Amino acid sequence: MHIPLDYETLRVIWWALLGVLLIGFALTDGYDLGVGALLPFVGRSDEERRLVINAIAPHWEGHQVWFILGGGAIFAAWPFVYAVSFSGFYLAMFLVLAALILRPVSFKYRSKHADAGWRNRWDWALFVGGFVPALVFGVAVGNVLIGAPFRLDSDLRMTYEGSLLGLFTPFTLLTGLLSVAMLALHGAGWLAVKIEEGPVLVRARAIARIAAVVTIALFLIGGLMVARGGMGMAINGTVDTQGPSNPLLSASVAAPGAWLGNYRAHPWMVLAPVLGLVGPLVALAGITARRGWLNLAGTALATTGIIATVGCSMFPFILPSSIDPRSSLTVWNASSSHMTLFIMLIVTVIFLPVVLTYTAWVMKMLGGRITLGDVRSNPDFY
Amino acid sequence: MDMAVIELSRLQFALTAMYHFLFVPLTLGLSFMLVIMESVYVITKRPIWRVITRFWGRLFGINFVLGVATGLTMEFEFGTNWAYYAHYVGDIFGAPLAIEGLMAFFLEATMVGVMFFGWDRLSRVQHLFVTLLVALGTNLSALWILIANGWMQNPVGAAFNPETMRMEVTSFKEVLFNPVAQAKFVHTVSAGYVCAATFVMGVSAIYLLRGKWTNVARRSMMVASAFGLASALSVVVLGDESGYALTDNQKMKLASIEAMWETEPAPAAITLIGLPDVAGRTTHGAIKLPYVMGIIGTRSLSGKIDGIEELVLRADERIHSGIIAYDAVEKLKQDRGNIAARAAFEAHKRDIGFALLLKRYMPDPRQANDGQILKAAWDTVPNVPVMFFLFRGMAALGFGFIAFFAMAFYCASACRFSKRWFLKIAVFMIPLPWLAIEAGWVLAEIGRQPWAVDGVLPTFLGASSLTVPQIWATIIGFTALYGTLAVIEIRLMIAAIRKGPEEHHEPMAAAQGFAPLPAE
Repeated sequence: MHIPLDYETLRVIWWALLGVLLIGFALTDGYDLGVGALLPFVGRSDEERRLVINAIAPHWEGHQVWFILGGGAIFAAWPFVYAVSFSGFYLAMFLVLAALILRPVSFKYRSKHADAGWRNRWDWALFVGGFVPALVFGVAVGNVLIGAPFRLDSDLRMTYEGSLLGLFTPFTLLTGLLSVAMLALHGAGWLAVKIEEGPVLVRARAIARIAAVVTIALFLIGGLMVARGGMGMAINGTVDTQGPSNPLLSASVAAPGAWLGNYRAHPWMVLAPVLGLVGPLVALAGITARRGWLNLAGTALATTGIIATVGCSMFPFILPSSIDPRSSLTVWNASSSHMTLFIMLIVTVIFLPVVLTYTAWVMKMLGGRITLGDVRSNPDFY
Repeated sequence: MDMAVIELSRLQFALTAMYHFLFVPLTLGLSFMLVIMESVYVITKRPIWRVITRFWGRLFGINFVLGVATGLTMEFEFGTNWAYYAHYVGDIFGAPLAIEGLMAFFLEATMVGVMFFGWDRLSRVQHLFVTLLVALGTNLSALWILIANGWMQNPVGAAFNPETMRMEVTSFKEVLFNPVAQAKFVHTVSAGYVCAATFVMGVSAIYLLRGKWTNVARRSMMVASAFGLASALSVVVLGDESGYALTDNQKMKLASIEAMWETEPAPAAITLIGLPDVAGRTTHGAIKLPYVMGIIGTRSLSGKIDGIEELVLRADERIHSGIIAYDAVEKLKQDRGNIAARAAFEAHKRDIGFALLLKRYMPDPRQANDGQILKAAWDTVPNVPVMFFLFRGMAALGFGFIAFFAMAFYCASACRFSKRWFLKIAVFMIPLPWLAIEAGWVLAEIGRQPWAVDGVLPTFLGASSLTVPQIWATIIGFTALYGTLAVIEIRLMIAAIRKGPEEHHEPMAAAQGFAPLPAE
């Protein structure tokens, strides 16, 4: 079979697509996570909480597929990354899965029973289902920046030498909180355009303002810690960008400060951190001016910019090893084969636009602000 | 290598997969039954069919959500618990999982929201179309997952690459059109249809026995009996047997299902029942039916069926050959340009997986003696008594469903479901498809042992570098979470069934001036 794109190009495309998928997940399911984490605080009474839940009810199932697709795409395009990260962050992954399993069930089952205690328990389950994944994803990204304690033997079998508690350091807690703030901003921003005027909306706007400021502050402190903390890796010697996916054939070394090097080498990448800072400001302006599109554009830019910053800083590294730099996974040594990358690209090019099209159709079909009146009268509502 | 880690990982995977598959079959079948019911509504425009569709749709929703929730675990478990497996075959196995997400799961999950929330926003035809897309999505999901699973049973279109120390795709077309995967898909999906049809029959029978909502129940039973009969026939007719004779693994699976220790000369007989004796390598008191096995296994009266002992000898040869390939790979690790090693590898690479079987006993397979190799060859035999009895249980249930739905089909025309004895049978039948389906999965996956991927990667090598307490923590966690959710789900299902197909709200009927519900 003739493959019209060379291996290097395909690897870069799949590195970018990995970013697209993560950002796609954060943009869609992200506001469901944010709304879940805010539920007990923006909604006080049962009706108010149902208002909040129904603002995301018809969409969360589709959005959650971004998470599943993210997993599948990493498996298909970056099998090494899939194997090392999920088994390495084993108990953290379990926490995320357990929280995410609680979430769909909570949506569906909460309003099936009128008992106040029952509903209250599910509301807290929804909080856990939103807050825990948001926090753990952020902590995981922080650990990726630091490097994970794994090594590969000559059969490329991985051993991991970390623990669950070892994942939590001041820096990774900061990235975890940044993730929570970012998704809370995104979720509150969504509520601000999706529900009717009333006390819930007032609270959502107030939270969005605080979250915007906190996001900017944590992002700045995080950047400072990356710059001063001596994080970074580099590839020693010549890089074989077309070579077989085998980390042991390349030589990565620790290079303190290297995470900022890409911005000197590729100045356009500065766009990512700039968006990460400008986005929350735009969102803040949109919320204050009560302009829905400006608000949503701002929260989307914030999310995109912050996630892209991590990817751009680390390029070409995807998952560095903190104990054995030689085992570090990069864009050049951790991908699927040339043919798999190409076939998966064709599938993606065909189906991703289809998915986006019908998602947009569904959004339009079920659009409009949710009102307390709907919640009271529509039997299809949760 | 810590065998406790491997056994616990297997236990966890079995628990989470079997739990996930409690919800999937009902989703597969009920989604299509909703399409049928809603089509009748769109064609006849009679509101009763809208009531029926929405009622079963409600039960579908309660079930669907747990299928989705538990599917999350499945997607990530290959990475969390089977990291070396994920690295070793991810180049091939990851693709169908990703395509499933992109092509199928997005469709069903996005549309299911519209299906539930769009009743008042879409026209009748639009809504029917959405329901159809949900059904298509769920069934396409099953197709891609079974392409992935079929590749584990029959790993076509891939080869080991010594430079990356893993399997890589050589022909994506072969992976896609893998005959084992196609056979598995048809068999599994129709089993799901039987499950849903039996569920609808059983719940409707409860209503008829109590004299409640009889107009809904009778119509539902009509749909279920036709749908169920067609599906029950296809489960057995299109069943797994078309995949049997294709690979060495399927041969070993067939031989162990039949507890066929020695090669069965043509025309091969089938063993109806007996008592397999693993230690003595014989089956006591076997009652055999002549010719049948030859027809099922080889589609002829002249083909012989290989017995376990013969297949073990073949495995023994392949281990010897695999050791040569293993040795060549070790030399290539030292020197990528070693031409002699490259040639030896090319000649024996098909068998490298067999050398890995020895890793259970020694770190370096090249040190094995003939006795150890023969022992490893005997490891390729799965648990014969389990296979033997599970298959007979599953097959008996399968024929039972055909009989049941034939009876239902007859009752539909002869007595319009008025016989109480039949209704009682229908209620009793509800749990049986789940038993057959779970038995089928255990059969398929135990029958694949000791391989994670047949002839390619032994299961015990696939696990992650984890500790026993870590895995216990997640097993306990999942069991507690899943157990709680199961109790809640069953109670909600029962509550929804008790509440019945009440319809408070008929805006379309009111707005468009439909006739009121006709009296039964």
